[in-house]
Amino acid sequence: MKVGLFVTCLVDLSRPGIGFAALKLLEGAGCEVVVPEAQTCCGQPGYNSGGREIAKELARKVLAEFRDCDYVVAPSGSCSGQMKVATVQDLFRGEPDLPEFEKLAAKWYELSQFLVEVLKVGRVPGKFEGTVTYHDSCSGLRELGVKMQPRYLLQMAGAKIAEMDGAERCCGFGGTFSIKLGEISTRMCEGKCESIRATGAGAIVGGDLGCLLNIEGRLRRTGDKDTKVLHFAQVIAGEG
Amino acid sequence: MQVQSMFFKQRASEKLGDALLQGNMKKAKGKFVDGRAKAVAEFGVWEEVRTHAAKVRDRALANLDAYLVEFERNATRRGAVVHWAETAEEACAIIADIAARNGVRKVTKSKSMVSEEVNLNERLEAAGVQVVETDLGEYILQLAHEPPSHIVAPAVHKSKEQVADLFQKAHGKPRLTEIPAMTREAREALRGHFLTADMGISGSNFVIAETGTTLTVTNEGNADMVTTIPRIHVVITGIEKVIGTMEDFATLIRLLPRSAVGQTIANYLTLTTGLRMPGDADGPEQMHIVLVDAGRTKLLGGPMQEMLRCIRCGACMNHCPVYQNIGGHAYGWVYPGPMGSILTPVYVGLENAGDLPNAATFCHECSVACPVKIPLPELMRKLREEQFDRKLRPWPERMAIAAWAFAVKRPALYAFLSAMGARVASWMGGSEGLIHSLPGLDGWTKGRDMPAPQGRTFREMYRQRTRERR
Repeated sequence: MKVGLFVTCLVDLSRPGIGFAALKLLEGAGCEVVVPEAQTCCGQPGYNSGGREIAKELARKVLAEFRDCDYVVAPSGSCSGQMKVATVQDLFRGEPDLPEFEKLAAKWYELSQFLVEVLKVGRVPGKFEGTVTYHDSCSGLRELGVKMQPRYLLQMAGAKIAEMDGAERCCGFGGTFSIKLGEISTRMCEGKCESIRATGAGAIVGGDLGCLLNIEGRLRRTGDKDTKVLHFAQVIAGEG
Repeated sequence: MQVQSMFFKQRASEKLGDALLQGNMKKAKGKFVDGRAKAVAEFGVWEEVRTHAAKVRDRALANLDAYLVEFERNATRRGAVVHWAETAEEACAIIADIAARNGVRKVTKSKSMVSEEVNLNERLEAAGVQVVETDLGEYILQLAHEPPSHIVAPAVHKSKEQVADLFQKAHGKPRLTEIPAMTREAREALRGHFLTADMGISGSNFVIAETGTTLTVTNEGNADMVTTIPRIHVVITGIEKVIGTMEDFATLIRLLPRSAVGQTIANYLTLTTGLRMPGDADGPEQMHIVLVDAGRTKLLGGPMQEMLRCIRCGACMNHCPVYQNIGGHAYGWVYPGPMGSILTPVYVGLENAGDLPNAATFCHECSVACPVKIPLPELMRKLREEQFDRKLRPWPERMAIAAWAFAVKRPALYAFLSAMGARVASWMGGSEGLIHSLPGLDGWTKGRDMPAPQGRTFREMYRQRTRERR
C-alpha cells in the first residue's frame, strides 16, 4: 500500500516532529510512505483570502504530486478539508478536472481517520501517562467528522482524557483571521484557554497545528509555561 | 439605518473592552445555544425536516414571480392592498403616504427588521407621526435611542440594571429591578398606545401565496394588539418571504422557533388573512401589505441566491463565536453575525462593508445550525473573492498574498525561503522558543506569543534521513 504523506506547510516550517511522528505511525503500520519533495501548501490561505485561482493552481499541483499514491494522508483536518471538500464541492465543480479531484478526495484521509478507519490499528507505539484534554478543530470536526478517532488513539496510548467545556468551539485561529482580526481572535482563544485550564489536564492535544500554535501562543503569553501543547500524532507515536 | 460597517474592527475592539456588554453576552449565549440544542434533540427528525425546508425555500425562490402574483391576487381578494416597493425610499414613501392620507398621528409597531433596513421610523417621525415600538426589546431600545443588536432579541446586549435605569427615566416612577414588575410597568405604559394608535405596523415572517396570508410569530402578544386594534394595519416585509402553501408554512414553522430560541412553538403565532369581515369582533378597516425588494432581486440567479432562503431565526449569530464575543452593534448595520456579514455587503455594497466578509474563522457553526442549510461560510468566501478581484483589501495584505502565491508555486524557491525563515524565526524565538513581537504580525503578537519554528524544516530533515538510509 503506497501512502503519500502530505506534510502541510505549517508542520514543514514549524514542527517537523509532527511530520516524523506521522511517518513513524504509517511506516509502523506497514505502509510504504512516500513524501513528494515538491509539495508546499494545499492553497487554503489563498482560498480563504479570496484568491480562487491560486487555490486551484495549488490544488492541481497537489493532485499531480500524489496521483500515483493509493492513499494520501495529512496530519491536519484543515488541509484535508481543503483537498477533500473544497476541491470537489466548490473549486472544480462543473469543470473537466472534477473526476480527477473526486478520485483524490476519495483516497485522501486525515491522519486519525486513516489510522482508525483504513488501517484499523489496534495499538500504537506511544505510551502516555497522564491526562490530556482534546480540542476539536473546526474543519476536521464539521467538514470531515473527526471526533472519536483521535480520542480512541490517545486512549490506546494510555492517555486519560478530561473533556473541556466547549471542546468543539473554535479556538479563534482561522488562518489569516488570527492576524487580520487579531483582537477578536485572541479573545476567542482566551475562551478556549479558560476551558483548557479548568480541566487541569497536563496537556492540550489537537489535530491541527494552526490551532495548536494559537493556543500555545496564548497560554505562554498568559504565563502558562507548563501545559504541553501537542499534536495527537506526537503522543501516539511516543514523541510527545 | 446608517451603515457603519467600515468601522467593524474599531467597534469590535470597543465591545471587547466593554465589561458590562461582555457579561450580558455571556449570559445570553447559553440560553440560545443550549435551548436550541435541546429542542433539536427532542425533535428527532431534524435533519430530514431541515433538508425539506431548504427545498421549500428554494422552490419559493425559483417561483418567486408566480408566487408573489398569486399572493397579491389572494390578499387583494380578501380586501388588502398590496404595494410593491423597489427601494427602501419607496417603501417609506408608500407608508408615509398611507399615514398622511388617513390622518395618522400615532403608529404602534411590532418588530420588523425590514423596517429597520429602510429607516421607516425616522421617515414617519419626520412627517410628524409618533411611532411606538411595542416589542419589549424594541421598546427598550427606542428609549435608549439605539438600534437592535440582534434580530430576535434586539436588546440582548442590555442588562436588567441598564433597563431599570431607562425605565425609571422614561416612566418617571420608582426604579424597579424585578423583571415581572418591570414588564408590568412597560405593559402599562404601552397599553394606552395600543388603544389610541391610528395605524399598526408589523412585519411578516412569511407571506403565503395560496391564501394571501401574512403572519407574526411573537412571545409577547404585542403583534396581535398592533395588527387588530388600529383601524389601519400595514405589513412591511421582504419579497423573498413568500412561500407557496400552508403546507410549506407548516414545515418552516417547525424549524423557526426551535432554531431561534429553542421553543417548540412561539407563545403567539398569528395568521392574518385580509380585513375585518362582517361579524368579526375586531380587525382593521384597511390593510396594506408593502413588499420590499431593496436589493433582493439582484441576488436571484446569482452566486448569493441561497442567502434569500433565510428565515431570520438568528441561529447563525447565536452560534457564531465572533458574534458571541463582540455582540451585534459592531457589525454596523441591521443584520449582525454571519447573516449580516453577507446581507450587509450584498444590500449596501461590498465597498461599504469593510471587514465583514472576513469576520469569520470559517468554523462552520453557523452553517450547521442554519435551519434552511444556507452555506454561510461559502457565501462569505465568495464575497472575499470579490474583494480580492476588486482589490478592496488593504495593500499590505494583497502584497503578502501575492508574495506567498509566488513562492508556493515554486518548490525550490519555497524550500529555500522556508529553510531561511525557519532559521531566522527560530533564532528570534530564543531559548524559550517564543517570539513576543513580530513586525507586520502584531495582530497575532499583541495578545499571543508566536511559538517559534525549531530551526530546520521537515523537508531538510527528511532529505537528510533519506540520504542516511541509502
